[in-house]
Formats: sequence, C-alpha cells, structure tokens
Amino acid sequence: MTFNTLKRHFRESFKNLGRNGWMTFASISAVTVTLLLVGVFLVVMLNIQHFTKQVEKDVEIRVHIDLTATDADKEALRKQIEAIPEVGSVTYSSKDEELQKLIKSFGEEGSSFKLFEQDNPLSDVFIVKTKEPTDTVKVAKKIEKFKFADKVKYGQGQIEKLFATTKVIRNIGLGLIIGLLFTAMFLISNTIKITIFARRREIEIMRLVGATNGFIRWPFFLEGLWLGVLGALLPITVVLSAYSYVFDLLHPKLENTFVQLLPFYPFAWQIGGVLLLLGACIGIWGSMMSVHRFLKV
Amino acid sequence: MIEMQDVYKTYPNGVVALNGISVRIKQGEFVYVVGPSGAGKSTFVKMMYREEKPTSGSIMINGVNLAKLKESKVPLLRRNIGVVFQDFKLLPKLTVYENVAFALEVIEESPKNIKKRVMEVLDLVRLKHKARFYPDELSGGEQQRVSIARSIVNSPAIVIADEPTGNLDPDTSWEIMDIFERINERGTTIVMATHNREIVNTIRKRVIAIERGKIVRDEVRGEYGYDV
Repeated sequence: MTFNTLKRHFRESFKNLGRNGWMTFASISAVTVTLLLVGVFLVVMLNIQHFTKQVEKDVEIRVHIDLTATDADKEALRKQIEAIPEVGSVTYSSKDEELQKLIKSFGEEGSSFKLFEQDNPLSDVFIVKTKEPTDTVKVAKKIEKFKFADKVKYGQGQIEKLFATTKVIRNIGLGLIIGLLFTAMFLISNTIKITIFARRREIEIMRLVGATNGFIRWPFFLEGLWLGVLGALLPITVVLSAYSYVFDLLHPKLENTFVQLLPFYPFAWQIGGVLLLLGACIGIWGSMMSVHRFLKV
Repeated sequence: MIEMQDVYKTYPNGVVALNGISVRIKQGEFVYVVGPSGAGKSTFVKMMYREEKPTSGSIMINGVNLAKLKESKVPLLRRNIGVVFQDFKLLPKLTVYENVAFALEVIEESPKNIKKRVMEVLDLVRLKHKARFYPDELSGGEQQRVSIARSIVNSPAIVIADEPTGNLDPDTSWEIMDIFERINERGTTIVMATHNREIVNTIRKRVIAIERGKIVRDEVRGEYGYDV
C-alpha cells in the first residue's frame, strides 16, 4: 500500500464520519453508554479485588510448638514446614515475644498481663504464610500432623467463608463485565450495519471498478476505530473524575481500617487504557462484521 | 478476446438462465446482445465480468478462465473490464470528477495520473465543463456519460453495457451510442445488452440473440428481429 493510499483511507474514514453524522452519533453513543457501565463495574470490581487481596494477605497460620520441644526439635519442625511446597514464609516468635505482643494489643489494660512475665503460659509459635492465601487450610491440615506441632490455628471456619465469598464476588463481577461487553458489541455492530447498509452502493461500485476487498475494508476499519475511540473518551473522563472524587472523599476516612482503595495512579492509566482498548476493539469488530456481509470472500 | 465454451448457469433457486452457450468475440468487436426479458441476456453479460460464475463450462477472457478464477483475483479482472448499467450507479455525494476519479483511486493510481486521465475521458464524453457538478444536477444522458467515462478511465480492453439506454429518451440514446462507437473505434471491445430496436437496426453491428438461455441467432450485421 502506498502512502497516498493510506492518506486516502484516513481522509475517507473521516469524511464518512461527517457524511453519516447521525449514525456516527448513534454509534458513538452506543459505545459511550456501554463503556460507561463497563468502566464503573471495572472500578468497583478492581477495588473489591484489591480489598479481598488485602484481607487474604493477612491470613496466617499460627503453629504452637509443644512445650517439651528442644531447640533441635524446633529446627526440625521448621525444616518440615518449609518443605511444604505451598509455604511462602516461616517466622519464629518466642513465647516472650508473644506475651509482649499480647500486652501491647490490649493497650492500657495490657499491664495486668505483666504478671505472667515470670511464669509465661504461652508457647513458642511459628507464623506460617502460604504463597497463595487459598492454600491456607490445606497447609494447616498438613502441619497438624507434624510432631511437636501442638496446636495449629488459622481462624478455622471463618477463613473458608471468606474465601468462598470473595470467589463468588469475583465471578459475579467477571460475568457482568463479559455480559456488558457482548451487549456493547451487539449494539455497535447493529448501528454500524445500518450505516454500511446505506453505503452498499458505494461498496458495490468499488467492487465493480476493481477495488480489492482489503482496499474496501480499510476506511471501514479506521471508521470503526474512530467510533470506538471517540466513544471511549467520555466514559474515561467521567469514570476517572468520579473515582478521583470518591477517592478523595473516602480515603481519609478509611485510613485506619483494613479497607483500602486503589491509589489513583497508576490505576487511572490502567482504567483509561483498558476502556480505550475496549472501545477500539468493539468499534473495529462491529465495523468489520458489518462490512463482511457485502464482500464476497 | 472473449471465448465461452458450453456455458450453463442454473441459479440456486432452480432457474436455468444459460443453457449451453458457446461464443467467440474478437478484440475490437462491437456486439449487441438481444432477446426477450428473462431470456438470459443479463446473466450472459454478468458472466463476462465475473459477477456470476457458470455452473459448468469455461469463459476465457484474454487467456484467463473466469470459471476457475479465484475470488481474490476478481478485482484484477475488473480493472481490465469497464461496466455500464441502465441505472448509472453513480455515487450521489461525489462530483462528476470524483465519481470518475474513484475508479482510479481504488486501483491506487498516482494522483498526478488520476487528474490527467479523468480530464481526458471527461473530454471524450464532452462533460469537461460539468466536472464540478453533482449527479443530481445532471440530465439522465449526462449521468450515463459520466458512468461511461468511469468505465473507460482505466483503459479497459472490454466495455460491457447492460441496457445503457434503457432509462433514456431516444435523442439522448443516440448521443450515448455515438460515444460507444467512438470508444469502439479506439480498439475497445463493446458488448451491449439492449432492447432498443431502432439503435440495433440503424447502427448495424454483430447481433447475438438469446432465447431461453441459448443463442438462437448470431449475425455479423444483424437486425433486432423482435416485434416488441
């Protein structure tokens, strides 16, 4: 393809947007509305995802070491735990350290525990973190069987519930986004089909005077691209300014809780990029699907 | 040179349009294709620019068998064949100049050559002064001249016309025929399907008559021969 031809395709694609003014508007609106919905969902979903990741990360297994274990026994137990493939890290915490933590966590009233400093009833523990939080239960069950592992605690019961809930939320969100995208594609391909139907004569004449299918497709390809990109601009602006507003509003209030929002950067770039790419893809796809009907291939 | 050998065409709905056609048209000939409506004239000419494929038989145009031509090679064939229709098939949103230039743009001709060639053919059809007009600002005859200009702008060896005077009044039809004759004089083959008895009987050329999908008559300086 020569440079002149490429120039022609660009010129044609822009001219056609202008010539089919109302249809251009309709197509862009279809992209805008759907991407707006997808954008909002995406932001909410990614934040939930972020939040559940945070919660899951806090999950740990506390292995209470049997009081009769010698240093060598402890070392053997650590080796055994580390040998489990799903285990990420093993940290040792002596019973004195555990007591200090306990006293600290109770603040003012913690001082009453100081009595136990002389005769500490706690046991030494290994704090185990798995590589994947969802493996926690499996790993805990394995550790329970080891010698000198007195008690294994990981928030039995609650953890299974947490993982089940986050999994459901993730799947619902994914399903909704995929559903929305399909609706968008359908809407856009229909709108573009109408504009192309109005131009079937043009395609017919192009075929008649010896234009190749590739040549005929180019301006339509570009047109779809512009429609998608133009349609994505408004949703990107709206979603990002809304997120920035919500973030500024909620972030200070959430500072001391375990719920954290995704920081604005680089999240803004990611969302903007994803929406732009989605817009371009559905625009091109819709346009190509519609022009296909008029080309004998 | 166009050569058809035992061409049959049955449409998917069962209609038999061509029922064994063999014909040879030499380069530079002027041929009328006549016959009653529905006899297969249109299918016959459509075969030549590969709008339809034969069910069986072969169609050779300058050594290429259209029956076996790949879909991707059809554009290249079309660049060597001009086609003119009864309803002109002009693009209403393009000017006369742009409509003609369109045929060169899509085959990626350089802009310099496009300008030169378009002005040449507009001169040939005597429409140079209306280059900036839009189709709906022209008479039917003028529109047809634009479509003829478009069909010959890339200097094809063959021009196929499917009832080019079908929508025009008698005076205008003669103008159109004058242009076709001049194109033919320059060595271009013309194949014209027509219902215009006066033209066929006055400007005497080879006449191929088709009835029920068969060639029933082929005369060097023939007559229209139907009393319709």
